[in-house]
Amino acid sequence: MNGPVIEADGLRKAFGKVTALDGLSLQVPSGTVLGLLGPNGSGKTTTVSILSTALRPDAGRAAVRGLDVVRDAAAVRRAIGFAGQYAAVDPNLTGRENLTLIGRLSRLARKQSRTRAGELLADFGLDAAADRLVRTYSGGMRRRLDLAAALLHRPPVLFLDEPTTGLDPESRLGLWDSVRHLARGGTTVLLTTQYLDEADALADQIAIIANGRVVDNGTPGELKDRFGRVVMDLRFARPEQAETAVRTLAVRGYQASREGTAIQVASESGSGALVPMLRALDGLIPDPVSVAVREPTLDDVFLTLTAQGGTLS
Amino acid sequence: MTAATALSDVGTSVSDTVSVAQRNLLTLLRTPQALVFATVQPMIFVLLFRYAFGGAIHVPGVNYVDYLMPGVFAQSVAFGAIGTAVGLSTDLRSGLLVRFRTLPMARVAVLGGRTLADLARNLLVLAVMVGVGFAVGFRSPNGAPGLLGALALVVASAYAMSWAFAAIGLRVSDPEAAQAAGVPVVFLLVFTSAAFVPASSMPGWLQVFGTHQPVDALVNAERALITGGPAAHDVLICLAWTAGILLVSALLATRAYARMGR
Repeated sequence: MNGPVIEADGLRKAFGKVTALDGLSLQVPSGTVLGLLGPNGSGKTTTVSILSTALRPDAGRAAVRGLDVVRDAAAVRRAIGFAGQYAAVDPNLTGRENLTLIGRLSRLARKQSRTRAGELLADFGLDAAADRLVRTYSGGMRRRLDLAAALLHRPPVLFLDEPTTGLDPESRLGLWDSVRHLARGGTTVLLTTQYLDEADALADQIAIIANGRVVDNGTPGELKDRFGRVVMDLRFARPEQAETAVRTLAVRGYQASREGTAIQVASESGSGALVPMLRALDGLIPDPVSVAVREPTLDDVFLTLTAQGGTLS
Repeated sequence: MTAATALSDVGTSVSDTVSVAQRNLLTLLRTPQALVFATVQPMIFVLLFRYAFGGAIHVPGVNYVDYLMPGVFAQSVAFGAIGTAVGLSTDLRSGLLVRFRTLPMARVAVLGGRTLADLARNLLVLAVMVGVGFAVGFRSPNGAPGLLGALALVVASAYAMSWAFAAIGLRVSDPEAAQAAGVPVVFLLVFTSAAFVPASSMPGWLQVFGTHQPVDALVNAERALITGGPAAHDVLICLAWTAGILLVSALLATRAYARMGR
């Protein structure tokens, strides 16, 4: 399919006096994973709820596979899978009963629903617990069942709202594997998260959301390049050499600081700043005994952006 | 819309409603304490009023136990209706209703399935209460047809009350609030009605309220059918209440469900 599979344009939504979405726009190309990254209250859940037809926007439009989420809601529902922030499974049914019910309600025939439930229980490692009541499941098992429940009718588009919030590290990695597996199989995924490492690990594209709008987007690498400050650590043989280096670099406009024989230089322009910096020092002092470059993390990006947007909140 | 798609829409609605109702009944069987509470409370009332207070209550022309049981039937289903609000509210809080909204299922099935399951629950509770009644000396003087007619009215009223509580359940924030909102309403309706004592024993101002409300209408119609005598007037009033409550509540509940997405 040409064009974006998920598309939002100028979405607005208010709950009473609280503005949840303030002109949010995004696009997700076919077969890719978009990570919607933002702090609590930034509008992530509202966005996913509108895109998955659970909520109507006040203004703006959104479409999934070209189908309008308000006007063609019924058709959109046949194409999407949705797993919300809380494991929305019935604790008083078994895992199998839960899946069979959702399968039936996802328009599968009775037999098909049972077969598919069996497949998914096996895929998600819930075989042994399939006929136990869900109230005896661990948090990780519930989440896996919840994700499985979103997949019964093999939806080509999947919405996941904070899929790993509250999970232990092992369950979290397991869930990541499942999402990667689905993405490799061609499923278009939009997931929200407040964890930077999760967006980094799963998403092809990241949209950073603050105060109900997308404040930046790009691949994880692009965002790091753009916002993360590369920090270069240089160590010299003697403190006075380090001091000379700091003064020389300061004249050239670098931000450098010294601690003993080590100096630290932060650069906004990425690791490409290293070579001209070393060149500036060349011939003045002996070469540094060690050089290390620390690449930015998404934390840096996130903190930079939310600090900018922080004036609004 | 062609006739064929309209027909398939009806098929979908029925099938989804049944699926949701099955799920709710399974849930009910897996939490038997809820069912036990639903029957124990009216049983206690039967014992209290049959043996502790009954001796002091004189209703001319009837055995008090035959007077009491129609009131108990109404009381069981009225308190049971709170369960509809609590159940829906629980599903709302667990996120299940949000999931349902994203599924290609019939919209009507969430409320239809819930009230259908509660109808089945009411049948079960009523069967138990009839058994208890006979065990303590209830004899249904007008015979089986009168009793069955009365029970049919109870079931119909219960169904309407379920819809009323469905509307409440969707409007409150959590199951505890649903319970807290439901209990006083039901208490007021049941104990100002003639369920346990004749309205004529109440002060005038209370009679005005007590004799113009649905639980009282149900109890009077039941009694007329169970003890014999002219029943048409009371039955009609009861049916009018039932139809009115059902219509208004179904509208309000459906609107509340639709509004969750606004």
